[in-house]
Amino acid sequence: MPKLKLPVPSNFKAPPKRPSENGHEERGKLAEKGVSAIDWIDERTALSGGARWLMFRKIPRGTNWFYTLGSATLFAFLSQAVTGVFLAMYYDPNATGAYESIRYLTNEVFMGEFVRGMHKWGSTVMVILIFLHMGRTFFYGAYKYPREMNWVIGVALLILTLFMSFTGYLLPFDQRSYWATIVGVAINGTGPLVGPYLSDFMRAGPEFGATTLPRFYAIHMLLLPGIIAALIGAHLYLVARQGTTAPPWLKADKDPDLRRDEA
Amino acid sequence: MPEHPEKKTPKTTAEAGIPGAYDGETVTRRRFMTGTAHGAGAVAMAAITVPSIAIGVAPVFDKVEQGWQAVGPTTDFSADTYVPKTFTPTPEVGEVGKSTVYVRKYNDQIDTEPRDEYNTFIAISTRCMHLGCPVRYVSASERFICPCHGGVYDKEGKVGGGPPVRPLDRFYTRVRDGLVEIGPRFSLNSEMQRFSPRDPGQPIDGIGQYIYPARPTVRKLPGS
Repeated sequence: MPKLKLPVPSNFKAPPKRPSENGHEERGKLAEKGVSAIDWIDERTALSGGARWLMFRKIPRGTNWFYTLGSATLFAFLSQAVTGVFLAMYYDPNATGAYESIRYLTNEVFMGEFVRGMHKWGSTVMVILIFLHMGRTFFYGAYKYPREMNWVIGVALLILTLFMSFTGYLLPFDQRSYWATIVGVAINGTGPLVGPYLSDFMRAGPEFGATTLPRFYAIHMLLLPGIIAALIGAHLYLVARQGTTAPPWLKADKDPDLRRDEA
Repeated sequence: MPEHPEKKTPKTTAEAGIPGAYDGETVTRRRFMTGTAHGAGAVAMAAITVPSIAIGVAPVFDKVEQGWQAVGPTTDFSADTYVPKTFTPTPEVGEVGKSTVYVRKYNDQIDTEPRDEYNTFIAISTRCMHLGCPVRYVSASERFICPCHGGVYDKEGKVGGGPPVRPLDRFYTRVRDGLVEIGPRFSLNSEMQRFSPRDPGQPIDGIGQYIYPARPTVRKLPGS
């Protein structure tokens, strides 16, 4: 057998074969080939250490289902990213063609309505999940030292997600999205001193014009997802580095069990 | 580096005892190369990012010229009530670029501002000054009503109730060859003085005109 250490702790590994189980030689050979392929990659990249570091972390006693809300949000983001890429294949970011391209996608394209629906409703789900994840972090006190920076990154991600919602809302370019954007930009303009200039920046001019929709589209599908993906990377790195917190009802000072290192 | 009080900082690399140093050299070649490489990298990054951001921000500084569009012969309009007319302030976006304007003749009974070349006809924008929804004129009550949040304006366009922060915007008008033409937009404070156009939600009474400054993209006509 190769000397690869798979990213699995020793107690997860299969026990050694008994002499009576020798009927599976074919499968053994295939598995050995797979292992040697992974071995080949790992020898050149040393990824297994990083994978072990990321995936097989110790988690505190009391970890429960509420700790999955962050992963759920991540999944919602990935769902938006995948569906968004394929919606972009049909979308025409142009004031005279946008509505028609969405109509075609929804009514004519096989499963178009379904994928568009996933993107549309998924955006709402993502915002809800972010707030639930934030609530879990807040009520469990998980934002405290040494995790303050991760809280700040999380808030930035929340704001960027709301920007995503705002820019994405215009794209179907029906009456609702047009007037919602008019109102949204006007609300932005009520910010003192810089508000009027920011509104001109968002519209690319004093009125809703030919370059407004492409501008919203570029921000929605290129700029914001890039920043969000980078910040999610930082967010996850800090989670893996710092570990998760125990629920606040478990008192480490009073419960000697929590201090015992179960190696 | 720990400081020794009696030891002076060497002025040249030769004084510092760096091997291979030239006489009078003040920067090591390694440091010079490092600085040059970082500097070149910074210049290359700036060459990419600065022009890119510039084209994104450019529309904030570009003045958009608003032309004049005829909306009908002078005989279409009276001083007593408004006639809705459609015109196209932003032509390049198709249907979306169209807008409704309410037009009537100047009326000595209700209009308080002085007559000049631009207000023989009064052209009132349908953009609500709360957040920009489209208002409509209800002739029975002689009020402009906004469907979104209940903004109400009187016959002159002054705020009668609800959340709007200033009177309805207007457009300059003029008469050419017997046709009424609609020109650029302007905003009004509660004394009906003309200001460069502001977006909805921005009051321009008192300190408001400074908190919400006029933008380079749109200005009222000079001398009006």
